[in-house]
Amino acid sequence: MIGRVAGLADLLKGDGSADRVVPPSGFTAHLTLFTAGAMAFLTVFALALSLAAGQLADRWESELARTATVRISAPEAQMATQTAAVLEVLRTTPGIAGARVLDAAEQAALLEPWFGPELPVDSLPIPRLVEVTETGAGYDGDGLRLRLAAEAPGAVLDDHTRWRRPLVRAADRMRLVGYLAIGLIAASTAAMITLAARAALAANARVIEVLRLVGAQDVYIARAFVRRFTRRALSGAAAGTVAGAVMMLLLPDMGGDSGFLAGLGFSGWGWAWLPAIPLLAAGVAFWATRAAALRVLGGLT
Amino acid sequence: MIELDEAAYSYNSDDLLAGMTLQLAPGSFHFLTGPSGAGKTTFLKLCYMELMPTRGAVRVFGTDVRAMSRDAVALNRRRIGIVHQDCQFLDHLSVAENVALPLAVSGRDPSSEAGNIDELMAWVGLDGRRGARPPELSGGERQRAALARAVVLSPDVILADEPTGNIDWDMAQRLLRLLVELNRMGKTVLVATHDLNLIRAAKAQVAARVLRIRDRRLQSAGADL
Repeated sequence: MIGRVAGLADLLKGDGSADRVVPPSGFTAHLTLFTAGAMAFLTVFALALSLAAGQLADRWESELARTATVRISAPEAQMATQTAAVLEVLRTTPGIAGARVLDAAEQAALLEPWFGPELPVDSLPIPRLVEVTETGAGYDGDGLRLRLAAEAPGAVLDDHTRWRRPLVRAADRMRLVGYLAIGLIAASTAAMITLAARAALAANARVIEVLRLVGAQDVYIARAFVRRFTRRALSGAAAGTVAGAVMMLLLPDMGGDSGFLAGLGFSGWGWAWLPAIPLLAAGVAFWATRAAALRVLGGLT
Repeated sequence: MIELDEAAYSYNSDDLLAGMTLQLAPGSFHFLTGPSGAGKTTFLKLCYMELMPTRGAVRVFGTDVRAMSRDAVALNRRRIGIVHQDCQFLDHLSVAENVALPLAVSGRDPSSEAGNIDELMAWVGLDGRRGARPPELSGGERQRAALARAVVLSPDVILADEPTGNIDWDMAQRLLRLLVELNRMGKTVLVATHDLNLIRAAKAQVAARVLRIRDRRLQSAGADL
């Protein structure tokens, strides 16, 4: 692997005399630059989508795994007894690190988005909520439900699975879609560069003929084209990545807690992925051009 | 060096060459003559591995060409210098860069051999035309540049296809002197030409064997040559 990277570095450094054997310019140069730039630009957003979806899935997954709620619905006179029974059940259940009854202010805060700040929580028959924190090993949900049904009939365990699991699945799928998009972009880049390389090889048939006449091996001829296309892809992708990064910086701030879009963007180590995009484009161009060149040269008599 | 053993070449079931048998010994000088269309260029292409025989065998430096890989053909071509009728240069490179091309493709650094290139350019009388592009050269200059490119790797064999076809007699004699000089340096030379005056002029300078292609077959030329 290190050898291959070193080989790619040597390739990009170039060989002055060998580079000149293929005439410069031609429409394939512009096509490669544009394709690499556009694809890198799109890759920035696909990468941002993947990272954001991944962070969201991880966050929801960990929250899902750590917390649950017990809702106690009982007549006012029995509420204290039921609450004590629930806390006792939770205290003696393996896998539960702690249980805490939410006070009236906390319950009001939970309801505020729907009913406003003036809701008279004390005068309404609102169920009491107990926040449950798990240990790392977790608890047996079915067993806990049975115990609650027996000892505190008005209590219902909500482990958040019902509503969080589809969201986690969706976020996971979104992350996969992001990776798939990057893969498709890489494949499209390879296809475009292959077409451009084949066009360049066809346009330079006479150059190839002369090079063979003076004893050039296929790998030498291929290298002359590969070096050129790899450099173009690298520079085009670098420009596209910079443009994409600038666009990401210019996205409006969504605030810290405004849902999925809040995480769209790069932060911290996320930025470190960006330099990988031009390198990926250069690698794709290297292999696509090399394969196309050797295939075309192998087909020539 | 190069050996043809009953070699034949057919194209679209037409026999262009048949039953060719010849050994190019080291240091020998051969002329190949015959009318236009007789198959002289096809014969040289068989020797240079641009074409493969359809029957018989062609051995280059002891190896049957049909058993050679593409890379082996390329490596063996470096031991054979060829001057084509149409020269075949890369027009976007200077004459000096074209002459140095075989060095570049064989992995040698032409810039480190600039002295040799200068010497070679002077030897073929093109020292003032180093930076010119091939389309700017006259016919004679192109032929001499092609000869310089053919010998830059110091090959064992020189093949020349109608090297004096498009140049005047003085220039033809100058080119002939260069080929004779190469032969005296020990190179094996095979020149395909229909110019009988050139052959007569050469025979005054070097012990050359003259071959003729007649009716698709190779034969020794008569005493008139």
